[in-house]
Amino acid sequence: MTTTTVFFAALFYVATAILVLGLARKIYQYAKTPAPLKIPTTPAPTTKAGVIMRMGREVVLFESLFKSNKWIWIFGWLFHVGLAVVLFRHLRYFQYPVWDIVSFEFVQAAGKYASFAMVAGLIGLWARRFLVDRVRYITTLSDHLILLLLIGIGLTGMGMTFVSHTDVVGLKIFMLGLMRFEINPLPEDPLLMAHLALVATLMIIFPISKLLHAPGVFFSPSRNQVDDPREHRHLAPWATELEK
Amino acid sequence: MAGPTFETPKLLDDTATLPIPSVKPGAMQGVQSFIAGDKIQEQLGYPGELLPNWKERAIERMGELLQKYRGLQVFLDACVHCGACTDKCHYYLGTADPNNMPVARQELVRKVYRRYFTFAGKYFPKLVGAIDLTEEVLDQWYSYFYQCSECRRCSVYCPYGIDTAEITMAAREIMDSVGRGQKYSNEILGKLHRIGNNLGLPGPALEDTLAGLEEDILADTGVPVRLPIDQKGAEVLLVTPSADFFSEPHVESLIGYAKVFHAAGISWTLSSTASEAGNFGLFIGSYENMRKAALRIREAALELGVKRIVVGECGHAWRVAYSFWNTLIGVGAGAEDPFGKALQQQLDHRYKQPSHICEVTWDLIQKGAIKLDKSANDHRIVTFHDSCNVARASRMGDIPGGQFIIPREIIKASCNHFYDMAPETIYEGTFCCGGGGGLLTDDLMEVRVKGALPRMQALKQVVDDRKVNFMATICAICKAQFTKVLPYYGFPMSMVGGVHQLVSTAIQLGSNE
Repeated sequence: MTTTTVFFAALFYVATAILVLGLARKIYQYAKTPAPLKIPTTPAPTTKAGVIMRMGREVVLFESLFKSNKWIWIFGWLFHVGLAVVLFRHLRYFQYPVWDIVSFEFVQAAGKYASFAMVAGLIGLWARRFLVDRVRYITTLSDHLILLLLIGIGLTGMGMTFVSHTDVVGLKIFMLGLMRFEINPLPEDPLLMAHLALVATLMIIFPISKLLHAPGVFFSPSRNQVDDPREHRHLAPWATELEK
Repeated sequence: MAGPTFETPKLLDDTATLPIPSVKPGAMQGVQSFIAGDKIQEQLGYPGELLPNWKERAIERMGELLQKYRGLQVFLDACVHCGACTDKCHYYLGTADPNNMPVARQELVRKVYRRYFTFAGKYFPKLVGAIDLTEEVLDQWYSYFYQCSECRRCSVYCPYGIDTAEITMAAREIMDSVGRGQKYSNEILGKLHRIGNNLGLPGPALEDTLAGLEEDILADTGVPVRLPIDQKGAEVLLVTPSADFFSEPHVESLIGYAKVFHAAGISWTLSSTASEAGNFGLFIGSYENMRKAALRIREAALELGVKRIVVGECGHAWRVAYSFWNTLIGVGAGAEDPFGKALQQQLDHRYKQPSHICEVTWDLIQKGAIKLDKSANDHRIVTFHDSCNVARASRMGDIPGGQFIIPREIIKASCNHFYDMAPETIYEGTFCCGGGGGLLTDDLMEVRVKGALPRMQALKQVVDDRKVNFMATICAICKAQFTKVLPYYGFPMSMVGGVHQLVSTAIQLGSNE
């Protein structure tokens, strides 16, 4: 067992724990904090089914962003959809046996080429941070670093797919081992190690960064509330106290 | 009074929207409204002047609000600085000050939130842009959170629905709770608590005014239309902005409501203790003050024994009534406390409770209970300004977007010439008048004039192309703001008026007697 293997095994356990516990803590915090007033942004659905549809369109199609700015929408959507397809392809490194749908050749090929969409989207988003003076004004150092991190993940991944193949069989043995609490040797490919280190970094910063928009969008009262205040009374526990 | 000097922005030809300006940092930093004195503050339960330990108290208050308002917590965490909102605020478009971009305005609070409430901000402040709360920051808050009209246009366009109004309200509540309040909003709210309306009009003054209006209508039309006050047993309690009693063109709409009730044969009344629909508790983000202001209406409704509660042409009042009255005072369904239950039993639930006056009028038009002669408005070529609180924070009728449809249907039933402004400047994308949210004060005239720019540009297009000479609205603040600001842009102040002003002109009195 090499030091590198032990290091990466430890890193992934720590990163996974931080990601899962950190997100769980935030989601618990969002869920337990009351939304004392009805504040859906109109025109808002008047039924629960309508709210689910609205949220679905927001999460899948980025509907509001489409209304606001086509460039951000194109780049943002390319990146997110590219990432989703790439991630789906990656399931095969964590499964035994692999789901049929993941192992389809079409899915695997799509997952490879989607990385181009993902990186192109990221580069577009980053370019806006330099080219548009309003966006430059609101950009912080961490905004740049997160883009750099994601592009790094994309490029190292593409390097292993399109330039210098890594030992995927060895990688899969390592990953499946981690999931069963066994430590198997990690192939010592610099590209792979860089990719994994960057991914672990992303997992670690997820619950303490703006990446919280992922769980946050589901808890946004202006999007997830039903527009029915005249039909149903809506009262937060702390507001109930005022009635006494 | 010699006002501050500033340049009115220029309107362009042949366009409904202006180009997005380049950022001019600090352009509006020095523009501030007057600070509230101790008497004004203490009436609302806030410290009279800036507390010696204001920093600690402000952080503490922020922590309390984060636990009380899910929206605030999520909105402070979720922003990714994508930039979608940067060109959506009318104050940014009019002033080019980057702190008037919704995201940057929010950052003024978010930077402090990060510093005291997040891991990254506590340990890596420079990396994530976290800063300590200092007097300089407080000063920026006071400038820029009173340059936000809480119109929620940004929340329409944000991919996560982040609503700057919620952040503005929290910032104002934090400032109030450490003793830094705004004179204009807090003084008005104090008058409401003390006397019962925003203008501080006592009962006898109201009675006088209403009697005078009755005489005017009689002289004008020959029909004895009544404007009753404190009439027990009336079917409808009408609650309307107090500007409707005294200001032009507001009073024309009040006459319009009276004619509608008269023509339909509905008994109605105003209340001398609850004449005011406006509720500035909303503007300063104070649930407690908002509730206290709303309770007067429940008391008046119970006392007068009315079956329906109807709200006049007031934008934020309708938001509070439609969205919050059921929560605050149990107008709607499901209240648990004895007074709320009593009110539920008293109200006639065949009607929406509360109703907007436009819902009432549209319902009567559809039933044929009132008749309108469109040609009476032939001298007017009309456009409609969607008021932000109605458009983006409330609804009318039974379907999503009813608040856009119903007022337009009433206008179309009242006049022959109606043209909408450009589609990206109306409905949920409507531009604020520039005076809402506690900004309708002369000390903020520069903000108001510049903030009105996007609306003025869209108006200019229909004036040029369609010869529009009347802009109808259903908000008292819009009316007051436009009468003041229109002349800066070369339009006559008389071109703004209420939807019920059009109804008032067209309605056939006596047809149902």
